[in-house]
Amino acid sequence: MSELRALLREWRAAAGKRLPPWSSRALAGFFIVIGIVLPFGFGSASGFMNATIIALAYAVMSLGLNIVVGFAGLLDLGYVAFYALGAYSLGWFGSGFFFKAQVHVLVSKVASTLPGVHLNFILILIAAALICAAAGAVIGLPTLRLRGDYIAIVTLAFGEIIGDVAVNGQSVHVGGGMTLTAGNLGISAVDAPYFPGIGSFGLLDLRPWYWLIFAILLVVLFVNLRLRDSRLGRAWVALREDEVAAVSMGIPLVKTKLLAYAIGAAFGGMSGAFFGTYYTEVNAGQFQFGFSIFILAMVIIGGLGSIWGAVVGGMVLGYINNYLIPDVLNTLPSKLGFNFQLTEVEFGIFGFLLVIMMVLRPQGLIPERRRRLELTAEIAPADAQLAEAPGTPGGAA
Amino acid sequence: MSSTETPAPPAVAVLRAEHVTKTFGGLVAVNDISFDVPEHSIVSLIGPNGAGKTTLFNMLTGLYRPTEGRIMLGERNITRARPDVITRHGVARTFQNIRLFGAMTAVENVMVGHHARMRAGLFGSIFRPPWVRREELQTREHARELLAYVGLREPVFDRLAGQLPYGDQRRVEIARALASQPRLLLLDEPTAGMNAQESRVLTEFMRKLRDELELTILLIEHDMKVVMGVSERITVLDYGKKIAEGEPAAVRADPAVIEAYLGKQA
Repeated sequence: MSELRALLREWRAAAGKRLPPWSSRALAGFFIVIGIVLPFGFGSASGFMNATIIALAYAVMSLGLNIVVGFAGLLDLGYVAFYALGAYSLGWFGSGFFFKAQVHVLVSKVASTLPGVHLNFILILIAAALICAAAGAVIGLPTLRLRGDYIAIVTLAFGEIIGDVAVNGQSVHVGGGMTLTAGNLGISAVDAPYFPGIGSFGLLDLRPWYWLIFAILLVVLFVNLRLRDSRLGRAWVALREDEVAAVSMGIPLVKTKLLAYAIGAAFGGMSGAFFGTYYTEVNAGQFQFGFSIFILAMVIIGGLGSIWGAVVGGMVLGYINNYLIPDVLNTLPSKLGFNFQLTEVEFGIFGFLLVIMMVLRPQGLIPERRRRLELTAEIAPADAQLAEAPGTPGGAA
Repeated sequence: MSSTETPAPPAVAVLRAEHVTKTFGGLVAVNDISFDVPEHSIVSLIGPNGAGKTTLFNMLTGLYRPTEGRIMLGERNITRARPDVITRHGVARTFQNIRLFGAMTAVENVMVGHHARMRAGLFGSIFRPPWVRREELQTREHARELLAYVGLREPVFDRLAGQLPYGDQRRVEIARALASQPRLLLLDEPTAGMNAQESRVLTEFMRKLRDELELTILLIEHDMKVVMGVSERITVLDYGKKIAEGEPAAVRADPAVIEAYLGKQA
């Protein structure tokens, strides 16, 4: 088995050497084109199309959380807070919810006659990113001195607080009879994205939604890839590996950690805003603790710290959650003579998948390059022994 | 029989500690210590285990804040400065138990050492304008040069630091410290775990560093051969207090030092 792996590695290395330097760009272009034309192969309002859109939005969230947990090593169990804040950004700035206000910026003719705040979706997207970045920094502040498990507890509490604020926000008056949120009633009748020349998105044709979230994913992916191989990305990994050594090498702890929280949160907010308009409602009931764990599972199943892993993890869990379980396999138990539907046990299924993954492939579907290198340690067992046994002669040349 | 007899240090001190004290609860780890590190010198800090040497190092690099006293880096007061700020002002260090970033390659470790000398921020990293691209390339190139300078060879550069042999890890750590272009280099037991041959090589290397890179080196060391061979001045700590200071020969003959190391003669 290990011989086979070594062989595969050799082939991969050889292939890497033979490919011209532009090959990765060509490959990226190829996949982007595939991504763009993909919707023409499916029904424009099919269940699969719907699942794909949700899966892509999950991938965006997964990429955001991966920056916090994967790159910077800060275990965040309250990521749902940024989904909530992003969705509420859409509710606040893209619906008649603040009915006393009359603000219209670059929106469709219909929306521009309605009361409330109506901003163009792109502006809302930016607002959501900024609001969540600020919130991310705020949640980051109390955790700066903490490590590991303690960070998890604080972030978990933050997620719960935002969830409760969402539910109880209907009693928080912001003047003129308007409230902060609509609680479990939900902010409904939110604007669909509108672009001059294209018009408003409708729910009968899902393709524009697909292209929109695909574009968002590409932007977020681009930012992720750039950050990974940068001064900032290295600083995050250094902090993750050894905080004391990192600050002693000149990395400012507060700024670097807060940037990780803020950027990760911003992506969660963008995805949240998209979900807000796609589900046509912003309801406090959507923002449960379980969702934080769900996104964390995407990051871990994909491969902690791996960008492509986060995308694949988000897509895979998205498809399982929104297509495989409800559409394809839901009636399987009843066919087998059991008296339940698969959707009733979906968290059980995710838990099972997670356990299976941790046993069979703990490094994730697409492991981070560093982890892959770590796992090839068997190549040099002698060196590994030396590293563990200080004082062994022959260490230095 | 102590510091009063030693000759006055040269006027230019890169680092000056004045009455530095550190207490942890009721424990006084470092007690009213003053000493100078003259420019372009190699100064050793010695003392039995638990004497407070590493605590003092941690205060000099900003990891701990002194309970009392003042630390001057040239004309600058760095007593309460953050570690990363102190690094930016030209102090770099290694650790007693090697603290490399295990999951990063040797080159990446050294590139992290460059952090304080790089300028790319969030937006620079995302949009990667030509100057950022250039900065990255130059940093990578310089990191490789530094690794070669400390005596490592090509195949080691792109291997994970955590998987390197012990001696190589020590070298990477020194290269990483040099990457921040320090004026003052603090080495915490650099020869720990090395044999006599390796220690001698490292001693030579410290001199080379001082002369070629015009560095000042402050050293914590247990190996007396290294200490006596390389230092111009030695400061001896015991139970958090400075018990002796001066040139190697004088310190070696100092009864207080002998007592601290060997115990009081009956």
